[in-house]
Amino acid sequence: MPVSVASSRLIYDALKDCGITLVSALPETWLVHLLRMADEDPAMTLVRLAKEEEGVGISTGAYLAGAKSAMLMQNHGFLAAINGIVSCAQLYRIPLLMLISQRGDFGERDPWQTEGGGVTEPLLKTLRIPYRRLEEPGHVAHRTRQAQTLAYASNRPVALLLCRDLMWEE
Amino acid sequence: MLRIEAIRAVYPELERCVVVTIMGAVSAELQSIGHRPNFFYLLHAMGLASSLGLGIALSRPELQVVVLDGDGSVLMNLGGLTTLARYRPRNLVQVIFDNESLLSVGGFPTATASGSDLAGIAREAGVPHTATVRTDEEFVAEFRAALRANDLATIVAKVEPTGPAGYVTDLEMLENRFQFRRCLREWEVRLA
Repeated sequence: MPVSVASSRLIYDALKDCGITLVSALPETWLVHLLRMADEDPAMTLVRLAKEEEGVGISTGAYLAGAKSAMLMQNHGFLAAINGIVSCAQLYRIPLLMLISQRGDFGERDPWQTEGGGVTEPLLKTLRIPYRRLEEPGHVAHRTRQAQTLAYASNRPVALLLCRDLMWEE
Repeated sequence: MLRIEAIRAVYPELERCVVVTIMGAVSAELQSIGHRPNFFYLLHAMGLASSLGLGIALSRPELQVVVLDGDGSVLMNLGGLTTLARYRPRNLVQVIFDNESLLSVGGFPTATASGSDLAGIAREAGVPHTATVRTDEEFVAEFRAALRANDLATIVAKVEPTGPAGYVTDLEMLENRFQFRRCLREWEVRLA
């Protein structure tokens, strides 16, 4: 499976450098290495979800309890989580760090992924969620740190899009 | 059983716990008995109160978390029961006040009115201790037993579909949020 181990490692290390101690996730192809790294790290709490919206509640609880967390999900998971993002994280001004795999973008071969790619960025803009695209290894550490800094300074959700050129090797 | 009387009956225990409630009558009635900085009211995001409680419970195992949930909310996040059971936080007790209706929007019946059994669903999801209670005495006994057991429990309390006249209180949502987070931080310092 040509999901990039090296890029997944960079992303995982960036999360660790931000002090993240809990990640919630629903498995998706591009996230397999990240999930494995979280699972194998005794200092990380990995919460496997039934549906991504739960992750908003879990991250909110973790934040209120004083822990730093992140959500790992596919862009379709972001779509499934939107009510929670708006009516929990935005309503209560929670600094939610979301890492979203940007499926359905240029180069996508799975026909079933092709609708989500087109609506993800317009929806992030509509929801006024600041986001950056992670497209190459050089983006990862700096933009992840910046995302978390903004999330905590603004008390709002912030997103990073994990893009094909970073996540997929072929 | 009246929900407010059930809450009142366990209020001395709640004062010592980290409490997360759903919106509507549960939030308003608990506040009418007495707000505490360790109480958080999730006034929207139906279904996520138990997820929020799980996030707290996993992050702070030294705290006892109580989630005051409702049938309408739980039905919106049945998958969350499987996540709760999967991680089985020993410090979380979920109370589901089941009035078999969506009271705050006019009392439309939920699926529990036609037989869906939330304690049964929780049990089959893997929650290790579940119960359904119909009187204040049963509720208090099950709730205290659940706290003593130091394990995940889901208690379904069948209550009347009645509630307060209104749901807006003097406590602003953000005031509650900042106060609650500060309280949990102070409890950490105190316990350290």
